[in-house]
Amino acid sequence: MELLFYITAGVAVLSTVRVITHLHAVHALLYLVVSLMALALIFYILGAPFAAALEIIIYAGAIMVLFIFVVMLLNQGPLTVEQERRWLTPRMWLGPSLLALLLLGEVVFIIVAADTFTVETVGIQPKQVGLSLYGPYLIGVELASMLLLPGLIGAYHMGRRLSKEEP
Amino acid sequence: MLATHALVLAMLLFGLGLIGLLVRRNVLYMLLSIEVMLNGASLAFIAAGSRWAQPDGQVMFLFILTLAAAEVSVALGIVLQVYYRFRTLDADAFSLMKG
Repeated sequence: MELLFYITAGVAVLSTVRVITHLHAVHALLYLVVSLMALALIFYILGAPFAAALEIIIYAGAIMVLFIFVVMLLNQGPLTVEQERRWLTPRMWLGPSLLALLLLGEVVFIIVAADTFTVETVGIQPKQVGLSLYGPYLIGVELASMLLLPGLIGAYHMGRRLSKEEP
Repeated sequence: MLATHALVLAMLLFGLGLIGLLVRRNVLYMLLSIEVMLNGASLAFIAAGSRWAQPDGQVMFLFILTLAAAEVSVALGIVLQVYYRFRTLDADAFSLMKG
C-alpha cells in the first residue's frame, strides 16, 4: 500500500509540473486530468472511496469538460482544424497515456490483490459521510445551495455573447 | 505515516499551483493553477479525515468541490467575455482599471 501511494504521488506531482509548464492549453488539460485521476487514487488509498468517485466524476468529468469547451470556443476560425491536427500528434499524448497506464496498472493491482494486503487506514464509508453531511453540517449544505444559485445565474449572465454595437 | 506523507503531497500540490498562478500570465492557466491549489487543499482535508477516522474531512471535500464548480463556471464566463472584448488572454493586458 505504501509503495502504491508513493508511485501515485509521483505521478500526481509529475503531471502537475507538466500542467504549469506546458504551453498549449489542451496538453495542459490532458496532464491535469491525469493529475486528478492520480489524486482520486490517493483518496482511495487513504480510505475515502466516495471522495475518489466524486473526484473522477465531477473534477475530471464535469469541470475539465468546461475547460475544454472554453478552449475550443476561444479557437474558432478556419485555422482551428489545422491547429488541432498539429496539437493532437501521437507524440503529444504519449506522456499522459503512459502516466494514465501506470495508474490503471495500480488500480488493476488493487482489484486483483485486494485480499493479500491489509489496508492500514480505516475506510470511511459513504453512509457515514452522508449522515455527517445532513446532520451537523446541514447549514453548510444550505450555504452551498446559496452559493450554487448565484453561480448558475452568474455563469448564464457572463456566458452570453456581447452585442454587436459594443467594441 | 501515510497521512503525514499525504500532507506533504498536499503541500507540494498547493505550492505548484501557487507557482503556476504567479508565473503564468495566461488567464486560462491561472484558473488551472487555482484548480490545482484547490486539489491540494482537498487532499489535506481527506488526509486529516483519514488520520482521525472521521467523516468531516470528506464533508469538507464536498464543500470544496461545490466551491470549485461554482467558481470555475463563473470564471470561465468571465474569460470568454474578456476574450471577446480584448482578443487576448494575457492578464497584463487587462489594466484598464489601473489607477
